[in-house]
Amino acid sequence: MKRYSVFAIAREALNYHMGWEKAWKSPEPKAEYDAIIVGAGGHGLATAYYLGKNHGLRNVAIVEKGWLGGGNTGRNTTIIRSNYLQDPSAAIYDKALQLYENLSQDLNYNVMFSPRGLLMLAQTHHEVRGYMRTVHANLLQGVQTEYIGPQRVKELVPILNIDGPRYPVLGALYQPRGGTGRHDAVAWGYARACSAMGMDIIQQCEVKGIRSEGGKVVGIETTKGYIGTKKLGMVVAGHSGQLAEMAGFRLPIEAVALQALVSEPIKPCMDVVVMANTVHGYMSQSDKGEMVIGGGTDGFNNYTQRGSFQHIEETLRALIETFPMISRLKMLRQWGGIVDMTGDRSPLISKTPLGNCFINCGWGTGGFKAIPGSGWAMAELMAKGEPGPLAEAFNMWRFKEGQFIDESVAAGVAH
Amino acid sequence: MLILECPYCGVKAEETELAPGYEAHLKRYGPGSTDEEFEAYMFARKNPKGVHFERWRHAYGCGKWFLAARCTATLEVFGTYPAQLSAPPAEIIAKIKAKRPDWKGLK
Repeated sequence: MKRYSVFAIAREALNYHMGWEKAWKSPEPKAEYDAIIVGAGGHGLATAYYLGKNHGLRNVAIVEKGWLGGGNTGRNTTIIRSNYLQDPSAAIYDKALQLYENLSQDLNYNVMFSPRGLLMLAQTHHEVRGYMRTVHANLLQGVQTEYIGPQRVKELVPILNIDGPRYPVLGALYQPRGGTGRHDAVAWGYARACSAMGMDIIQQCEVKGIRSEGGKVVGIETTKGYIGTKKLGMVVAGHSGQLAEMAGFRLPIEAVALQALVSEPIKPCMDVVVMANTVHGYMSQSDKGEMVIGGGTDGFNNYTQRGSFQHIEETLRALIETFPMISRLKMLRQWGGIVDMTGDRSPLISKTPLGNCFINCGWGTGGFKAIPGSGWAMAELMAKGEPGPLAEAFNMWRFKEGQFIDESVAAGVAH
Repeated sequence: MLILECPYCGVKAEETELAPGYEAHLKRYGPGSTDEEFEAYMFARKNPKGVHFERWRHAYGCGKWFLAARCTATLEVFGTYPAQLSAPPAEIIAKIKAKRPDWKGLK
């Protein structure tokens, strides 16, 4: 792999940019691998990358039904933050944030991480108390956040209407280190680094069955034939239920559609990420100038990658009240992704009832921000066969034990 | 937009008039059951990509719970029936089998 650098640009410019090599190879599957990861989204590719980088496991394949980064990795609103209430969540999301901070250098690929700061607006007295509690929890966890008053909110986001009639802004939970990243580049950067380590990324290869002997995985049946493996990692978000069914167990997960939309591009007007959970809308401005807007989830099982129309209206109605200047903006695109929701709204990074088979799923509506931390923890689990400190609490048996990592109550909404 | 017919009032209601209630026909376990049974009842879900049976409530109508047979991959609705039934009616099963020949049945 040739490194990307300013010198590479100069060198290639002399060749009329005809010499750039493909960022990753597209090989045919080998007969057997040391580990196979199902799902070439951010989490799957990050898992493979840290398997190679941290644990020296490089005879690895990543199989993908569609195309690389074409699922929820390409469908989210790119928000990165770690201001979670519960300790296990704060630990893994902050690990992810720390890795994001150096990811472009680490991967030699610009993931355009932009720590522009993130505000979660408090618009009811319950939210004020809730966010103050989160700030105190974050202080104990070593995650730097602060609670700020409405005037400071107005200074940070001049286009925000802080004294709206229904939901005035009473304050905000502010995480200056939070921000956004370029979602596709995260998948592409990891893919390029994995391919450079000699891993095989096999796209257009759907898993049709999981073969096991004596309670252990021996391989997978795919549309490109049988592939043997010593270890299997399932990292497929919305379709985790289907893979679990093939492996013979059930998950505490429901798949529902979450949608987002972007406006036409406008001049720079907001350089922080704003989340308004009471009215349920969140918004940031992309580098192209589009306002990127996240909406609500549907309340029923759905695999169609499109959400219900009324959520668009609900989201925009709330945002127009909070940001009056966007009322004349035209919306360019709207899309949906299938998110895997667990009962406590926290993920699973876990061993499974099937030996040598591991699962990483249940990130629900907030997976993008976790990609590096999730891959780091999942790689440790797959390499050692036992979870490390980051993954330990996220085992799938916590539901039986009643040891929830309850972010659904902590956040009050999807997060 | 999802439209379901309420089996009690016969109204074709769209989803803003309804409240979703997720998987139907769960076998309930309580005191005296094993931890595994109780956990499976509380949390483990079928979450199928295809034919699914769900609970819905006609929240802004008659307010009653009913059940619906629906395809989660296409959003096609096969039919709705009262929540008092412990299994889907035969005509809905026949309709699903006609439209989804490879459906393995309600497990």
